[in-house]
Amino acid sequence: MKEKIKNIIENVGLPRVIIFFFLVLLFILAPVVGIRLDASINDVIVRFGMNGILVLSLVPMVKSGCGLNFGLQLGIIAGLLGAVTSIELEVTGFAGFFTAIGIAILVAVVLGFLYGTLLNKIKGDEMVVATYVGFSSVSFMCIMWLILPFKSPNMIWPFGGTGLRTTISNQGYWFHVLTDFLQIKIGNHIAFPTGTILFFALLVFLVWIFFRTKTGTAIVAVGSNPEYAKSCGVNVDKIRIISVMLSTIIAAIGIIVYQESFGFVQLYMAPLYMAFPAIAALLLGGASVGKASIINVIIGVFLFQGILTMTPSVINNIIKSDMSESIRIVVSNGMIVYALTRTIRVRS
Amino acid sequence: MKKQSITKATNPGVRFLINYSVPIIFTILIAFAIPLSGLSGEYLVRELMTRLARNSFIILALLIPVMAGMGMNFSIVLGAMAGEIGLIFITDWQIVGMPGILLAMLISTPLAILLGYFGGMVLNRAKGKEMVTGFMLAFLMNGIYQLVVLYGMGNIIPISNSSILLPREYGIRNAISLLEVRQVLDRLVPLKIGGILIPVASFLVIATLCVFIIWFKKTKLGQEIRSVGQDNDVARVLGINVGKTRILSITISTVLACYGQIIFLQNIGTMNTYNSHEQVGVFAIAALLVGGASVSKATIPNVFIGVILFHTMFLVSPRAGKALIGQAQLGEYFRVFVSYGVIAFSLALYAWRKRVEKENERRKAMALKRVLLQSTNTAGGNKF
Amino acid sequence: MESKEKYLLKMEHISKDFYGNQVLKNVDLFVKPGEIIGLVGENGAGKSTLMNILFGDTTIHETGGFKGRVIFDGEEVNFSSPIDAINAGIGMVHQEFVLISGFTATENILLTKEPTRYNLLSEVFGDKLNVLDRKEMKKRAIEAIEMLEVELDPEMIVKEMPVGYKQFTEIAREVNKKSTKLLVLDEPTAVLTESEADIVMKVIKKLAAKGVSIIFISHRLQEILDSCDKIIVLRDGSIQKELIPSKTNPREIAENMVGRELVKDIWESKEIRKFEETILEVNKLWVNMPGEQVNGASFKVNKGEIFGIGGLTGQGKLGIANGIMGLYMAEGEVKFKGKSIHLNNPKYVLEQGMAFVSEDRHGLGLLLDQPIFWNIAFTAMQIKDNFTKSLLGGIIKWRDDKAMIEVAREYIEALEIKCVNEKQFSRELSGGNQQKLCMAKVFVLRPEIMFISEPTRGIDVGAKSLVLDTLRGYNSKYGTTIIMISSELEELRLTCDRIAIVNEGQIAGILPPTAKSVEFGLLMLGKKSETEEVFTDEGKD
Repeated sequence: MKEKIKNIIENVGLPRVIIFFFLVLLFILAPVVGIRLDASINDVIVRFGMNGILVLSLVPMVKSGCGLNFGLQLGIIAGLLGAVTSIELEVTGFAGFFTAIGIAILVAVVLGFLYGTLLNKIKGDEMVVATYVGFSSVSFMCIMWLILPFKSPNMIWPFGGTGLRTTISNQGYWFHVLTDFLQIKIGNHIAFPTGTILFFALLVFLVWIFFRTKTGTAIVAVGSNPEYAKSCGVNVDKIRIISVMLSTIIAAIGIIVYQESFGFVQLYMAPLYMAFPAIAALLLGGASVGKASIINVIIGVFLFQGILTMTPSVINNIIKSDMSESIRIVVSNGMIVYALTRTIRVRS
Repeated sequence: MKKQSITKATNPGVRFLINYSVPIIFTILIAFAIPLSGLSGEYLVRELMTRLARNSFIILALLIPVMAGMGMNFSIVLGAMAGEIGLIFITDWQIVGMPGILLAMLISTPLAILLGYFGGMVLNRAKGKEMVTGFMLAFLMNGIYQLVVLYGMGNIIPISNSSILLPREYGIRNAISLLEVRQVLDRLVPLKIGGILIPVASFLVIATLCVFIIWFKKTKLGQEIRSVGQDNDVARVLGINVGKTRILSITISTVLACYGQIIFLQNIGTMNTYNSHEQVGVFAIAALLVGGASVSKATIPNVFIGVILFHTMFLVSPRAGKALIGQAQLGEYFRVFVSYGVIAFSLALYAWRKRVEKENERRKAMALKRVLLQSTNTAGGNKF
Repeated sequence: MESKEKYLLKMEHISKDFYGNQVLKNVDLFVKPGEIIGLVGENGAGKSTLMNILFGDTTIHETGGFKGRVIFDGEEVNFSSPIDAINAGIGMVHQEFVLISGFTATENILLTKEPTRYNLLSEVFGDKLNVLDRKEMKKRAIEAIEMLEVELDPEMIVKEMPVGYKQFTEIAREVNKKSTKLLVLDEPTAVLTESEADIVMKVIKKLAAKGVSIIFISHRLQEILDSCDKIIVLRDGSIQKELIPSKTNPREIAENMVGRELVKDIWESKEIRKFEETILEVNKLWVNMPGEQVNGASFKVNKGEIFGIGGLTGQGKLGIANGIMGLYMAEGEVKFKGKSIHLNNPKYVLEQGMAFVSEDRHGLGLLLDQPIFWNIAFTAMQIKDNFTKSLLGGIIKWRDDKAMIEVAREYIEALEIKCVNEKQFSRELSGGNQQKLCMAKVFVLRPEIMFISEPTRGIDVGAKSLVLDTLRGYNSKYGTTIIMISSELEELRLTCDRIAIVNEGQIAGILPPTAKSVEFGLLMLGKKSETEEVFTDEGKD
């Protein structure tokens, strides 16, 4: 029995086991310190819907061997451009939501292509370059947000200023269009965001289908063994670019869904570090630098958002101080450091 | 197969331009921006002098890991944190002046060694991904630093001086005044030229570090580090303990970063407890790269040229941005963009060149063999 | 150099097996001080294993050690790692240079043995903090270089040296260690020009004259005959013969190296097949495959035949198929059915109807983390759109798992692949079954030409014949032209209609399987088959 437990811990990884039990502990303690369990779980589910697609976007690039997408910000930028353009065009409701997504996809295709071409030139060093490409592009966009000719009074600085504001509300446009769609309300504390969850499920389904096509199969082969794929006649570079474009597109959609639930479009430096929590969540769900699946996404987002939701409320009530931010930093970055140092592949 | 690549350029002029593309582009940018900004030469010289004195030490700490083949050491942040903890304690114990600085350095040294050793071990387990891992490690340790300083100090770790604690009586305040030790090193040897204070002692310390680094390179240990940096496998086959050597180079770097941060903060005079070390890694590395260094090669001149170019840009951007587009904010975003962009560009260029050069070497070898066989005109290698 | 014993090195009754596979049987190797021994043998004869045992290579220890004794300089030794062997006075010069390309010759020659200048810090921190004494280093480097009598600039950076000079630097490093008593050289002239090779051979003789013993592994007949005091021919793990250069000739060496005459019955029953059409024409093919470079190979293959390519390791036989199939950079002219084909394009070659079972099973041949049915069907799916269902007018090609599984089951049965079921991960299969899996992957494509490299390497005896029978069966049933590349001359002679031997990256000659063994041996040793004998009366300088 002891052997079996040891085996499981080794396979799953000690940090994940610790974090899992930590979360269980938090759930147990919640009612003890006066936090409603049902409200908490609802919160976790809402946040799951908000963040799930961003984490899902990481999967194609891991599968194709490009590693963890530290340049997630590129997809986010595409999404932001879609969002503000849609608001500028004064499109509301679901139409506004889908306009935002449509424009975002167009931008994401271009950005994804350029990004993928760059990554092909630096095979083996993708992650560190991607990190700084991501950072530079966010800071570059900061300049752009100031200069671009947006005119909507809802978005620009008041009193005759130029340039977009830092935070733009999407209330009255497409705020909560998904969350409120088919929402299931139970009592005062539960509002199940059916629309968001359905949309997430839709994207999961599309991704799953994609990996059952000829191209999707080729992506898996390229990530598994690029030499093998090349010897079978697969154009490795082209496949990698396709996977990067796909990741960028999904990320663009993901940030719009996030904003839809959150209520605000956050520009300037807000997206700077957004790649890290998403990557941490994926890793938490069992993925590694070379391997990721949809299950990893679902488990990971749930665990990660669980920690993010429960830690502040429970711990604050116990210790009367807000350690949650520091704990989040340790959990999230610790997970990534752990995954980066764990490349002991057992070859039979 | 006949594509010409940039790195095949044999013209030394072209090679120079490519190798030093980053500092050259920077110089051109600054040449435009300085007049735009309207800042006076005297102002710039004065500011640069200060910045040279306060930033160079920590950038010099980056040199040894490059020698060891570990690239840009993003985890110097760990050393900076150790230095800050030292300063927190001497402020708590109210030890002033030079003794305060020296004591801070003394007590933070063991912590820096510990963190450096830990960092080195982690990086050894991430061979090939040292830079990303170092980078993420810095973030991770920042979280732990927060837990210790924001929650542990005043609680488990006794702090007697309540003026540096938060109102709730544990956790260090966001900003600590270092007035008691402000510029003690800078003013240790007072020298004024034309109204400008010259921080002679600081420069002496920096010069000492430079001498140390030059001497270190010439030692047997230095040669070992260089060997490991050039070729891990060859070094290992010849009996050098590669893992230990790498850990040692990170540890040295971390300790130097610790002292560097203390020197930096004593000049500024206040410590942002939670933010001071955040950008240390990025700015130091960006400056080094702007000075012409690369992932595999960094020299002492790179450090100083880098500080001058990078900080000039820093000083000049906001004003130039305002002059150009009417918004100072633009200039500020511009300099953030440039800091990150320089790193992205240098890393990408380096990674790309590494691959192209490997390809070229193989092609050269085959072409050579072909020429040989054709000239000796044998069909079978050996003559019989 | 005085030595108490008559012999510097005595390797007595050395035997070694790898998991039951006997690689060395009772080998006795004796080397006197100042003697040059040439070690010759076919692939798998045991040369490298013998040297690894001498050096205390870790793989030897990890696979059960060895039987017998090694006595070096009068003492019994059993080195636990190559570093120990080096410290005891045995030096090794490899084909892949152990040099730091960014350092100068001096730095490399003195690496880890640099003389230092004492200073106070070393009291506290040990001698690692002593400054290198560069003047003394240069002096010693020049001494070593002068011993070799070559024109090597001590300040030259290794990266910028011509290949031969890198070799000299490496030898100089061994020589600098005054303690080196025995030097082992593994194919030292493989990458050198003729003049550089001459210099190296002269250097070796000079060293021997100064008392350093040399063990010299090579397949270049002329060098061996010119320089060695004694030639030892290894075959199938034991010493076949010890020869003295002045008293032997190339034929004798080749015969001892290769000469197993196959059982007469097989010969009698072997049908001599005749072929009409040329299906593949290769003209001056150059392939840049590290370790197996091809330097202008030319040959023709007939439709329907089983064509063999053999030769010693590293001579380029593996490079040919890899080059044609686009896996490594290649140049030259290749015509398939009369049509010139593009090189460096794996997809194109596969589409034209050629396929390849690579020698690199794990690295290239399989997706270890995917199930068997994926592995079998993948190439066919990508190249011929097999196992896909088209949707939306062909824009979406959906993977047909059911069809893949069906086909996988067929091949599992036909090739007797031992597995749990078609969904098992290929990583978990044994070596022989993995090889069958690789073959199935190619069979599914129904190629016109099938390259297969090292078909039975690492496979147990029973499975070997199944693999070869399958190939023969495929050839007779479908008329597939098979080009078989192998290190084992035996299986080539049993299976093929014609056999080409590759030496120094070129085709040395093409022989029928019934040709005498010695002819094969001579081709491998670099002698063209029907040409003049080489006289060795010159002896050594």
